[in-house]
Amino acid sequence: MPRVSFERIHKAFGAVTVLRDLDLSIEHGEFLVLLGPSGCGKTTLLNMLAGLTDVTGGRILIGDRDVTDLDPKDRGLAMVFQSYALYPTKTVRGNLRFGLASARLPREEVERRVAWAARLLQIEPLLDRKPAQLSGGQRQRVAIGRALVKHAEVLLFDEPLSNLDAKLRTEMRLEIKRLHDELSPTVVYVTHDQIEAMTMATKIAVMNNGVIQQFGTPDEIYERPANLFVAGFIGAPAMNLKRARILRRGGLVAGVFGNGQQIDLGDYAFAKAPQEGSEIVVGMRPEYFGPPDAPAREAAAVFDLPVAHTERTGSDATGYLRFDEGLLSLRVEPGQAARLAGGQKVRVAFPKGKASLFDAATGGRL
Amino acid sequence: MTDVASAAAIGATVDSRPVVRRRRKRITGRSIAVLVFLTVCALFFCVPLYVVLTTSLKTMDEIRQGQIFALPQTWTLEAWRFAWTEACSGITCEGLRVGFLNSVLILVPSLILSVALSIVTGYALALWDVRWAGAFLFLLFMCAFVPFQIIMYPLIAMTRSIGVYGTIWGVAVVHAVLAMPVLTLIFRNYYKDVPQEIMSAAIMDSGSFWRIFGEIILPMSGNILIVVLILQITSIWNDYLIGVTFGGFNTQPMTVNLANMVTVSTGTASYNVDMAAALLTALPPLLIYFLLGKFFVAGITAGAIKG
Repeated sequence: MPRVSFERIHKAFGAVTVLRDLDLSIEHGEFLVLLGPSGCGKTTLLNMLAGLTDVTGGRILIGDRDVTDLDPKDRGLAMVFQSYALYPTKTVRGNLRFGLASARLPREEVERRVAWAARLLQIEPLLDRKPAQLSGGQRQRVAIGRALVKHAEVLLFDEPLSNLDAKLRTEMRLEIKRLHDELSPTVVYVTHDQIEAMTMATKIAVMNNGVIQQFGTPDEIYERPANLFVAGFIGAPAMNLKRARILRRGGLVAGVFGNGQQIDLGDYAFAKAPQEGSEIVVGMRPEYFGPPDAPAREAAAVFDLPVAHTERTGSDATGYLRFDEGLLSLRVEPGQAARLAGGQKVRVAFPKGKASLFDAATGGRL
Repeated sequence: MTDVASAAAIGATVDSRPVVRRRRKRITGRSIAVLVFLTVCALFFCVPLYVVLTTSLKTMDEIRQGQIFALPQTWTLEAWRFAWTEACSGITCEGLRVGFLNSVLILVPSLILSVALSIVTGYALALWDVRWAGAFLFLLFMCAFVPFQIIMYPLIAMTRSIGVYGTIWGVAVVHAVLAMPVLTLIFRNYYKDVPQEIMSAAIMDSGSFWRIFGEIILPMSGNILIVVLILQITSIWNDYLIGVTFGGFNTQPMTVNLANMVTVSTGTASYNVDMAAALLTALPPLLIYFLLGKFFVAGITAGAIKG
């Protein structure tokens, strides 16, 4: 039985419809990330699950209980907020206790759980401090602790790491992942950061304009994006999306780009046989290109292109080559990046079986 | 950790010492004009106060000489003692202490009632989904402009029908009702700055209106409570009309007592006693300002509640 399910959810603010006919369900112990750009409805969906926003139509189930009209505190949920939302006048201990004392638990049980959460999150030395005396990372730990002590069936996270600096974010990402591995609660996590989604999720729901574009494991989403939106949204640097036209000659299927370059699509698992001349978009991940000017074997496509510029991001570098009207990005070794001087022509190869193809008109995967 | 911090602080002060001395600020024509204006304003308030204070410390013989700006030749607190213990107000001659006691007895319940009523209303309007909250706020806002004299008679009828007319509770209820519009707006605007996520967290943790108020919101209200307390103490203490209308004969506040003493005393007017009585009546709000003034300014200027 699914742990959390949304059934035909409809949400409108006045005349503006934010979510329409949305269905989604996850199993016990799963880590669901709702991923999408701002304004896509992911936070609204989370708030509806939490009970902080009313549902216009449809039902929400937690376990086998219909919680659509229950008060937030009766839903068996705990939530971690973006701004931590700690109670400023209470100590850390008081913050952890507040939700438990409201639930009328016996005193020993409250103290036991507070001690347990404090040990788990290594915030024992901070228990008697006020939130204002804590750093951002410590506040985030307390906020997570406040959610954990409730032993809720489902944990909700609303962009919990976006107020932290990059280093802390990485640490907390691992921390949340570790907590999920140890305690295996069901988690619903909202973020616009694809790295958080890729590293932590067991399931990702990519949302845009109030519609779930794709729902699947991180690998599925990355390797087989369901449409152009997902293909362009997931991955940094982004997938190269180039328009092409299908060319069929005998048993051969190829894509011809606007600049006349070709890519062999013979091994692509088309859902339905492609039509000669139909307009498609070819998606090529930057990291699948072979090293520049290396001898290519088993390549689907080989391009000779002038270098536009290169970017180095520490452990990685990205080369940008002029392709047709736009640019083609490819991941290169930082050592090689220096040799890619502007204007110089290089030969790059794209391997077989790695391209994603989309219908140019509908944006759907072919 | 503290050593490092203090070392850093020392380093910072050393570094921040300016290499070039900053030019001293010149006194310009504009600032002279401002200073003159402020001095005139200060005198405007200080001169009458000076006259009142010195007169209260003089004997009647000295006052009759007509030099109101002169310092007393013989300093005496006799007028103060007389005003406090013997001066006649109407037919009772027990001084201002009767009125003082009544004022305190009126102040405490009025204060509690008016602040309690408006703090909870403000909290509900700002942080909970209240149906027609906008319309209610507008109504409150309009009510803040209705002159008391217009609704005085209906209020008398209403307090009489609930049986509190002519008692301390009558005065307290009227104070609470009249203060509610403005105080509710003050509290509501203050609570609007409470981050929405804190309320969401509290609703998920507890969901109880009173528990969230008592444990989360009230402890965050220190600044604004000081402001409202000072405003309310001053306005209740200085009130004359409500006290004289709703108070009854045995529960008239100090202001009513003072007015009776000054206006209807028989024989010659004893200015020194009148001045002393006026100062005694004005003293409690002044003391409150001096004691809590620092918090008052902090509360007025405090914007968003820091998380």
